[in-house]
Amino acid sequence: MTLDAKIPAGPIAEKWSKHKFNLKLVNPANKRKYDIIVVGTGLAGASAAASLAELGYNVKAFCFQDSPRRAHSIAAQGGINAAKNYRNDGDSIYRLFYDTVKGGDYRSREGNVYRLAEVSVNIIDQCVAQGVPFAREYGGLLDNRSFGGAQVSRTFYARGQTGQQLLLGAYSALNRQIEAGKVKMYTRSEMLDLVMVDGKAQGIVTRNLENGKIETHSGHAVLLCTGGYGNVFYLSTNAMGCNVTAAWRAHKRGAFFGNPCYTQIHPTCIPVTGDHQSKLTLMSESLRNDGRVWAPKTVELAQKLRKGELKAADLKEEDRDYFLERKYPAFGNLVPRDVASRNGKEMVDEGRGVGTTGIAVFLDFADAIKRLGEDAVRAKYGNLFDMYYQITDENPYKVPMRIYPAVHYTMGGLWVDYNLMTTIPGLYALGECNFSDHGANRLGASALMQGLADGYFVIPYTVGDYLAKLGPKPVDTNHPAFEQTKKEVEERINKLLALKGTKTVDEIHRQLGHIMWEYCGMARNEEGLKKAKGMIQELRADFWKNAIVLGENEEFNMSLEKAGRVADFLELGELMVDDALMRKESCGGHFRIESQTDEGEAKRDDENFAFVAAWEYKGDNQPEELHKEELVFEEVHLTQRSYK
Amino acid sequence: MSEFKETFNSSLGKKLIMALTGLFLCTFLIVHLGGNLLLFKNDDGYAFNVYANFLTHFPPIEVIAYILYLCILVHTLYAIILTVKNRKARPVGYAVTASDNASWNSKNMGLLGSILFLFIVIHMNDFWYNYKYTDKVGFKEYRTDLSSGITQSADFMPASAKFENSVSTENNTEIVRVKDLHARVQHSFGNLIYVIFYVIAMVAVAFHLKHGFQSAFRTLGWVHRKYTPIVEFIGTWFFAIIMPIGFALMPIVYYFTRS
Amino acid sequence: MSANNLNLTLKVWRQKNAQTAGKFVTYKAENISPDMSFLEMLDVVNESLVHKGEDPIHFDHDCREGICGMCSLYINGHPHGPKRAITTCQLHMRSFHDGQTITIEPWRASPFPVIKDLAVDRSAFDRIQQAGGYVSVNTGGVPDANEIPIPKVIADEAFNSATCIGCGACVAACKNASAMLFVSAKVTQLGMLPQGQPERYRRVQSMVAQMDAEGFGNCTNTGACEAECPKEIKMTNISRMNNDYFSAKLFRSEELHEQSQGEG
Repeated sequence: MTLDAKIPAGPIAEKWSKHKFNLKLVNPANKRKYDIIVVGTGLAGASAAASLAELGYNVKAFCFQDSPRRAHSIAAQGGINAAKNYRNDGDSIYRLFYDTVKGGDYRSREGNVYRLAEVSVNIIDQCVAQGVPFAREYGGLLDNRSFGGAQVSRTFYARGQTGQQLLLGAYSALNRQIEAGKVKMYTRSEMLDLVMVDGKAQGIVTRNLENGKIETHSGHAVLLCTGGYGNVFYLSTNAMGCNVTAAWRAHKRGAFFGNPCYTQIHPTCIPVTGDHQSKLTLMSESLRNDGRVWAPKTVELAQKLRKGELKAADLKEEDRDYFLERKYPAFGNLVPRDVASRNGKEMVDEGRGVGTTGIAVFLDFADAIKRLGEDAVRAKYGNLFDMYYQITDENPYKVPMRIYPAVHYTMGGLWVDYNLMTTIPGLYALGECNFSDHGANRLGASALMQGLADGYFVIPYTVGDYLAKLGPKPVDTNHPAFEQTKKEVEERINKLLALKGTKTVDEIHRQLGHIMWEYCGMARNEEGLKKAKGMIQELRADFWKNAIVLGENEEFNMSLEKAGRVADFLELGELMVDDALMRKESCGGHFRIESQTDEGEAKRDDENFAFVAAWEYKGDNQPEELHKEELVFEEVHLTQRSYK
Repeated sequence: MSEFKETFNSSLGKKLIMALTGLFLCTFLIVHLGGNLLLFKNDDGYAFNVYANFLTHFPPIEVIAYILYLCILVHTLYAIILTVKNRKARPVGYAVTASDNASWNSKNMGLLGSILFLFIVIHMNDFWYNYKYTDKVGFKEYRTDLSSGITQSADFMPASAKFENSVSTENNTEIVRVKDLHARVQHSFGNLIYVIFYVIAMVAVAFHLKHGFQSAFRTLGWVHRKYTPIVEFIGTWFFAIIMPIGFALMPIVYYFTRS
Repeated sequence: MSANNLNLTLKVWRQKNAQTAGKFVTYKAENISPDMSFLEMLDVVNESLVHKGEDPIHFDHDCREGICGMCSLYINGHPHGPKRAITTCQLHMRSFHDGQTITIEPWRASPFPVIKDLAVDRSAFDRIQQAGGYVSVNTGGVPDANEIPIPKVIADEAFNSATCIGCGACVAACKNASAMLFVSAKVTQLGMLPQGQPERYRRVQSMVAQMDAEGFGNCTNTGACEAECPKEIKMTNISRMNNDYFSAKLFRSEELHEQSQGEG
C-alpha cells in the first residue's frame, strides 16, 4: 500500500481554498440522513461535534469523563496562536506557517501547516463570538503575548486558563446542539473497539463505565478526537484518564500510526517529589517570558544548595549560569521546548541540579519583580504562582521556582491525509490524536490552535466529501460485524478480569513509565532502545500473567478500566521504541545521542529521514511494517535549526 | 397570568416573596419602635394609649395592618415551603459539617424565625387580640387643662359595652377616653418570665435581621459595589443592634421600675 | 521515608451502587508523605486494598491540577477539604497532622445521586448548561474578533465568573443543596458580555427552569458556596442572576420564554 497524503497541487496559499472547492458537498436535506460518531470531547471533539451538528448531521459524541467539559484540553494554560498581526510586529499567515515548520524541525507537511496558519485567524473570531473572555487591553481590544519559538506576539490568552476557556466555548456550542437534539451525548463511555464493515469504519463498541454495559453504535463516519498518549510514560502532564486505547484499537484494525516516537518534553514542570507521585504539573511556558532559567555555575555550589547550606538568594550573580541566555542570545529563555528541556537535563546530568533531589533547575522571577513590581507579576502569572506555592509549599515571589522537564504532548498519532482521514476509509483523527501538523516538535500555543482548526474549520468540509461519495444508506448495528466486534471486546474484558496475580496495574504502569523515560525519553540511543524493547516485552508478559484486576464487568470498576488502558500502553510502548530505533537522526523532540552537532544540538539527516513513519499493525507479537510518506518542501528551505 | 404563576412558583420567585415580605416587615418594625418609644414617656401612658387608639381606628392604617398580618403569614408559609424543598434536595445528610464557611445565623434562619413566630403569636394575643376583641383591657380618661397643659389621668368605666373612644373639650379641658393598653403593658412587663422571653425574642430578631435584611437585597438582585456596604451597615447597626436593643429595653425598664 | 510522615485514620463512605445503602468503613493510611496530594494518599490506600484483593475506593478524578472539576470529596465537613480556593487534587497532606481522623463523604444532594462510593452523577449540571449556557452562533460567519471591543473591567468581571469548573462544591457546601452559584456564574459571564446580550433574558429563564426541574434547593445567601468554591466565584453572581431573572419575568414586555428549536 502506498500512502497518499492527498495534498492538493498548486501554490501553497491556494491549496486549501482550491481543495475546498473540489470537495463534494452533501445537500442540506440529505445531511440529516447521516450519522457521525465523535469520540472524545476536547477541543477537537467538541468543536467537530458542534460544527457538524450545526450543518445538520446527526452526531453521537462520546467521552469517558462524567461531562464533556472535563476533557484534558481544559488544562492548557498558556494560549493559542493566531496570525492576526494585531500587534503590527510583522506577523502573517506565512510567518506562522514558517515558524511552525521550523519549530517542528522540518518533519511536518507544508500543506497541512499552511492550512493551520490560515484558519488560525478564524478560530479567534469564532471563540470571541461564543463569549470566550480573552485577555484585553484597556482600550477594549484583544491582548497578545509572545511565546517560545517565535519572535512576534501572536498568542491570545485568557489568564493562565486559555484551554479551559476555549474548551468551555466549544462545550457551550456542543450543549446548544445537544439541546437542539442534533447531538446525542454519551458520557462515562469509553470506546473499546472500532467496527469495520466492508473495509470501512462504520461504528464503535463502547463500555458504559457506570454499569459496564457493552454497547455498539453505528455511523457513516467515525472521528477519533481522543488526545495523546503521553501517559505511556506513567508520569506526564496529562490527566489520569488520558489513554491511547481508542487510537490503538483503531490502529489494530488497520489505521497506520504516524511517528510514534515524537514526544514533547515540556521544560517547565514542577519536579517530582517521590514514588507516590501520580502526575506532573506543568507551569505555563509563558513564564519564560519574564522568568530567567539558571543553574549554579559549579557542582560544589549545587551540592551546597541541595543540602540546604546555601539558599538560591545567597548565590552571587557571577555564580549563576543563565544557560539559555548564554547559549542562545537571540532567543534567550524563549527557545523552543525541546531545546530548553534538553539544556535543563544537561545541567542536572552535570550535577548542577538543585532542590533536595537535585533534579531541577531554577526559574527565577527576582529580576521581573524588581523591574515590573510584584503586582504586575501577580497580574500576569498570579494563578500559576499560587499553583506552584500550593504544590511545593514554597513562595515563588520570594524564592526562585524549581522546574524540570516532563512529558507533555505527543506529536505522533494516527496517520491522516490532508482530509484528516486515516488509512481506514471513514475513520478520521483530529487534534492531538493525529500526527499531522507539528512535525517532530510542537511550538507553544499551537495545540489549542490545531485542535480547534481541525474541529471547527477542516473536518466540516472534508468529511462531507467522503459522505457524499458514500451515500446516505443507513448503517445497521445488526450487521454481523457489530456482534463480532462486541464479542471480541467482551472476550478481552474477561481475559483481563481473569488476572488474579500479585502486581497491581499501577505498579506495572509505573515500571513501563520508568523504561520509557529512561530509554525513550529526552535522549535516546540504539543500545538503550534495544534494551527497552526487551524490557517492554517482558513487562507485557508479566502483565498478562501477574497483574491483579478485581471486580466484575457489570459495575463501576476503576481496576478494569485502568488494566485495559495499560495493556494498550504496553503494546504502544514497544512501537515507540521501534520507531525511535528506526529513526537514526535527531529531530525536534526525538534526540538520538548518536546524531548531534559539535555543540550538542539535534542533528537531522534530511537525506535519509525526511519522511513520516507510518506503521502498520501486522498481528499480535508481529513486527509492524514501516511505510514512508516522503516529505516534500517547496516553500521552506531546510536548514539546521538555530535559535542562537 | 400563567407567566406570573410560573414566576412565583420558581425557586427565585419564592425567594422574591420572602424578600419582599421580609423587607415590608422590617419597615413596619421601624414604625412599631417609634410608637413604642412613647412608653418611655412618663405620662401614665397617655401618648401611648392615644397612639394605640389611632392605629386601631384610622382606616388606612387598618388596611396596612391587615397587609402586615398577611405578610407575616406568607413569610412564614413560604419559609416552610422552602425549607421542605431544601430538605428534599439533600435527603442524606453529612456525618461531619463545617461551621466556619457561613455565619451561624444565616444557617439558622428557620430556627430564629420559629422563635419569632411564636413570639408574634403571644405578643399579638396579648396586645392586639385582647385589646380589640376582649374586655380584658380597660379604659382610661385623660383630662388636659388646655391653659396649663397639665394632664391628669383616671380609670374610666364606659356606660355602654360598645364604647370605643371619645375626645371632647369641656371648660377649657380636653377629655380623652381611650382603652388603657398601657396598663396591659405594665402588667405583662411585670412578669419576669414574660420579660425573659421578650428579650430572647429580641435577640432572635437581631440575628434574624442581621442576615435577613441584607439577604433580601441580595435576593432582589440589588447588589452594587457602592451601595451594598451601606445596606450592610444599616442591617447590622440599625436592624440588628439599635432596634432590638430599643425593643428589649422596654420590658427591662418596666420590670425594674415597676411599683 | 522521612520522619515527618503521617499515620492517619480514614472514615470513608462506601456504597456499592445507587441502589444499595452505604456505610462508613474505617481504613488506616500509614506512612503518608506530607508532599502527597490527597488523591495520591487515596491511591496509596487503594494499592494496598488491591493487594489484599479488596475493592478499591472509587472516586472521580482526572487532571489532578485543579482545573477539570472532576474531583470532589467532602473532607471533614468541607468540599475539597479544609483549605480555601483549591480542589481536592490540589490539597496536600501537609494540611493534616499525624494521627488525625479524616472523614470522607461524597457530595450530598438528591440531584447528585451516588454512583459508587465517593463518585456522584453530576449530569444535572450539564443539563442546566444545555438549557441555555451558550451564545447561539454557528461556526463561521462571525465578525472579526476586534470588532467587538469590551472594556477591560467588564471582560475581567466576566472572566471571574467564567472560571467555574463545574465541580459542584457549591451544591455540596450549601445547606440547602442549591446550585445557584453554578448557574449564576454562567448567566453572569454571558450576561455581562456584549456577545451574550441577544439571549440574555431567554438564557436566564431557561437555565433557572432547568435548575428547578433538577431538584436543587434554594439560595438563602449563607455564603457557604462562595467560601468553599475552589475558584472563589462570588455570590454577587447570584444577585445578578436574580436581577436578570426578575427583569425577564416581571418587566420585559417581549415574549421571551418560548424558544424555537430550529433544525441544527
